[in-house]
Amino acid sequence: MSTDALRRLTASEFTLFLRDKVGPIFGVLFPTALLSVFGNIDFFTDPANGIDGQPLLYTYTPILVGFVIAMLALNTLPPTLAGYREQGVLRRLRTTPVGPARVLGAQFAICLGTALVAVVLLLAVARFAFDVPLPRQPLAFALTALLAALALIGVAVLVAAVTPTGKAANAIGSVLFYVMMFFAGLWLPIQAMPAVLRHVSEATPLGAAVQALTDASAGHWPPAWQLLVLAGYVVVTALLGIRLFRWE
Amino acid sequence: MTTVIEVQELHKRYGDKIAVDDVSFRVDEGEIFGILGSNGAGKTTTVECVEGLRRADRGTIRVLGLDPVRDRAELTQRLGVQLQGAHLPEKLRVGEALELYRSFYREPADPATLMAALGLDSIRNTRFGKLSGGQQQRLSIALALIGNPRVAVLDELTTGLDPRARRETWRLIEDVRARGVTILLVTHFMDEAERLCDRVAVIDSGRVVALDTPAALTKRAAAELGVERATLEDAFVALTGETTDVH
Repeated sequence: MSTDALRRLTASEFTLFLRDKVGPIFGVLFPTALLSVFGNIDFFTDPANGIDGQPLLYTYTPILVGFVIAMLALNTLPPTLAGYREQGVLRRLRTTPVGPARVLGAQFAICLGTALVAVVLLLAVARFAFDVPLPRQPLAFALTALLAALALIGVAVLVAAVTPTGKAANAIGSVLFYVMMFFAGLWLPIQAMPAVLRHVSEATPLGAAVQALTDASAGHWPPAWQLLVLAGYVVVTALLGIRLFRWE
Repeated sequence: MTTVIEVQELHKRYGDKIAVDDVSFRVDEGEIFGILGSNGAGKTTTVECVEGLRRADRGTIRVLGLDPVRDRAELTQRLGVQLQGAHLPEKLRVGEALELYRSFYREPADPATLMAALGLDSIRNTRFGKLSGGQQQRLSIALALIGNPRVAVLDELTTGLDPRARRETWRLIEDVRARGVTILLVTHFMDEAERLCDRVAVIDSGRVVALDTPAALTKRAAAELGVERATLEDAFVALTGETTDVH
């Protein structure tokens, strides 16, 4: 296996990712656009309406980071991977020296790389256009975001593993995206949720992630259990994914 | 003659169902060797074992002296494969697909030469999803040859093609053989086998029921049927019909 093949395979998958448009538009541009809309509404920027004396926009920034990760993982990976299996792309690659596993590797790399770009863009626009402070505990923020991305990629691979077609994977991925974004507080911030909902939220990967990102933004390390929830999702989905995913 | 593919007493079952019962054959260098059989006869399972996509339950397989399972990495470098059905991302362009696959191999063929030979030049910027059946087929032949293989396995090459495209594809296969590539051709079209193959193995219910040149098979069929001239299709029907009762 030459590095040239690996480089070309990743470049080719990235070209297709751009041509597909879902990831670049809804994963990268849309969350920042949503932030910009919120940032121009007084209700979101007036501390009087906020939580803990902070403007709502501060609360929404970590939620939109979760949005980026969930959108890229749940709405691009399942249809692509299940579609590749359905169309025989993975089977065809099995007959070449490269094999199909490296396509998955390329997809993960593209998902993580794009998420990094999108989160940096989001935080930069939040900071420089709308005066949202950068995360005060950057290391905790970065670690949480990485764990969240890995957990959501794990969930995405599971979806691709258990659905027969690209279309079905797309449908299930979208439903999961909305459910997870609900528990991440997109429609109702976690701090404002009733206790029962908040406890459910804490057990979901994106809910745990947003709470941990919120802590890191405010300047302290999140409680260990939140990071453990995320790490647990990473391990369990990875093990199940490896067991259940079929090339054909 | 050097033996390029050797299959001995191959056996493969899925659960209770025996897909391949006892299949043996040899393919010599430079041959176009046909595997004929009805749907579900076991021909695709047989070639999947040859390609290393499936592990045989029993029997031995050697391709260019390699074990398809154990020497998988080396085999993929030297064996060209064309599979049934579509197998590229819809938005990948023809030229991009060839460049990508070229990078997989140690000593690849020149994509420009292949594209010219297979008439892909004019569609090099067309996306896979927009190609006609014939164009997709020509691209998949090009991809099977991009690694400069000495052996190629072509599975249901002309299924779904119109008569003109089929004839063009046949000419292509003869060109490929003229370049010294040994070909294992899986088909259920008898006219295709009669036209292209030097020898054929007829598989029925997972067993080889005949192995000979198309000419010898048709001659024997004509004698048995008491007619002056029989086609390979006549021979095939006679051969596979009989064995159903025997089993």
